[in-house]
Amino acid sequence: MRPGNILLPGAPPVHDAAPGWGRRLISVVIWLLAAAYLVPLAVVLLNSLRSAQEIAQSSMIGWPKTWEFGNYAVAWGTFCIAQTCRGIQPYMLNSAAITLPATFISTLLGAVAGYAISLWRFRGDTWIFGLVTLGVFLPEQMRLLPWAIVLRDVGLTNTIAGLVMIHAVQGLSFTTLFCRNYYLSIPQELMKAARIDGAGFFRIFWRIVLPLSPPILVVTVIWQFTGIWNEFLYGVTFTSGTQQPITAALIALATSVADVPQYGVQNAAVVLAALPTMLIYLFGGRYFVRGLTAGAVK
Amino acid sequence: MSALAIRNLHKRFGSVDVLKGINLEIDRGDFTVLVGPSGCGKSTLLNIIAGLETATSGEIEIADRMVNAIPPKDRDIAMVFQSYALYPSMTVRQNITFGMECRNVAKPEREAAVARVAKLLQIEPLLNRKPGQLSGGQRQRVAMGRALVRDPKLFLFDEPLSNLDAKLRVEMRAEIKLLHARIGATIVYVTHDQIEAMTMATRIAVMHAGAVQQFADPDTIYNRPANIFVARFMGAPPMNTLAATLRAVDGVPHAMLDGTVGLPVPDAPARYLNRPVILGIRPECLAEPQRRFGAAPARLIEAQVEMTEPTGAETMVTLAVAGQRAIGRVAPDTRMAIGAPASFSVDTRKLCLFDPETENLIAA
Repeated sequence: MRPGNILLPGAPPVHDAAPGWGRRLISVVIWLLAAAYLVPLAVVLLNSLRSAQEIAQSSMIGWPKTWEFGNYAVAWGTFCIAQTCRGIQPYMLNSAAITLPATFISTLLGAVAGYAISLWRFRGDTWIFGLVTLGVFLPEQMRLLPWAIVLRDVGLTNTIAGLVMIHAVQGLSFTTLFCRNYYLSIPQELMKAARIDGAGFFRIFWRIVLPLSPPILVVTVIWQFTGIWNEFLYGVTFTSGTQQPITAALIALATSVADVPQYGVQNAAVVLAALPTMLIYLFGGRYFVRGLTAGAVK
Repeated sequence: MSALAIRNLHKRFGSVDVLKGINLEIDRGDFTVLVGPSGCGKSTLLNIIAGLETATSGEIEIADRMVNAIPPKDRDIAMVFQSYALYPSMTVRQNITFGMECRNVAKPEREAAVARVAKLLQIEPLLNRKPGQLSGGQRQRVAMGRALVRDPKLFLFDEPLSNLDAKLRVEMRAEIKLLHARIGATIVYVTHDQIEAMTMATRIAVMHAGAVQQFADPDTIYNRPANIFVARFMGAPPMNTLAATLRAVDGVPHAMLDGTVGLPVPDAPARYLNRPVILGIRPECLAEPQRRFGAAPARLIEAQVEMTEPTGAETMVTLAVAGQRAIGRVAPDTRMAIGAPASFSVDTRKLCLFDPETENLIAA
């Protein structure tokens, strides 16, 4: 046994035994499942680097004969979607213009709401929390019609601002839930001390609670960014033409094929569209897990 | 002028009476300790004084100003918490100045105040650190600094030493007491530790079941406890309480533990003669037979030794006297055979009598 490996008497050794057949079988199955799950990503990545002719002549699955890096430039800047030939760039910018403010607003509001619900007990607070988090469980389709009416009434139909509003409001359910649960670990004595010091609701939030929040804010930002960037239903329902987010535009791109299907370019567009959330996952994934399990005060 | 007056204060949580008519009058410069077992309402009372909770009924005055409707920040108080409640993301300096920042005190004034308090508590080297980088004792000091910098009318301490280890607790206890002596502040201090109460307080309010059982100086609390609860809560080991009957022997009232064993209680009121009473004896009033208390002749009683517990400085003896169990404290070099009878010298000056029905002290 290695030093530092403390085992209870009678407990089986954990590290030293060679893995049995059962254990090997399990890892093989897990690897196969992971591979199956990653096949679509691999196909898309490979096709994004093949020419349209090559795909048309062979099949959707295959190793590139020549590496067509140009697909990305075309997809980004010059490919024709719905009569305009500026690639996916404008739609990517639309998505950014929707996702960034909606993420920021929903995170900030969720932090304030979670702070109010967890640290300032008031009459009916558990009811309000229950109602807000009900939104977590409401299916998207159910909210489609009410939002259509709201967008019409506030005059934001087919606008980026309209989608920002929708995502900011809907995100509140999750961000409030995350932040409230996190802030519960802030001791009440801290709040008492601050109140005696003369700090009010917002000063306590800015000066004491928010500086303790980065772990959970990382979680909500990643969650919101990914969810809003990938959102499709509202994007395709409430916007059209130049106002569409990239998820909706990808459909237009698939259907606007003139003569020969441009599979290579389309796949490159898909990869580009998925890139922001993949980067967030690669760089922020571990903070996400860490933040979900963290407490505010050691 | 009273620093704090509480009149007929009640607090109800739903149908539970947490505080049942508290009355306290605290003078300026007093170090008042609210002591009692957990759940007795002492922390609730402190929170109500601070304004962090509201009373169901009753009045609170701080420095002769009614504060019932005044928020905590305007009550001119400062509070030290059990968990220290330091703001984790701020430096020690920012922790101490946060209150002044909230009250828009000018920067040079803030700096001067920090310097004064840091010097007083000897925390100057810590000013730029975060609470996470401090030891328990240092955090405690910073928490006191945050309170002191306010120079308030009233300091409130909520079990401030409970999170410290035993050695540090004794040190900080002495330090807080010295601090009180130096700055003459008015302090209300909540603890469940009767030793803290006895060692630090100028006045002790013993609380139990939402009521103040006795409010007096430590000497009175210890020697003339108002009832059996106070008698047994204060002091470790607690006061022995033995069932007895008051009878006149040669014209002097005696508390008789059985037909023959009795102790003189000359000041006992005559109306209790021939009635059952509870006799209270502090363990240190049952000592080895050579011990003499005052100028009075020795008064010895016979008892059976059941167990001895040497602590080094003294030895605790569990004994059976007239069939009732009691604890005595004898000199450490006294040899006592377990199971054998022995004589004990009794300090009869400090005997207390309680009414078995009301459990209250029978006043002389």
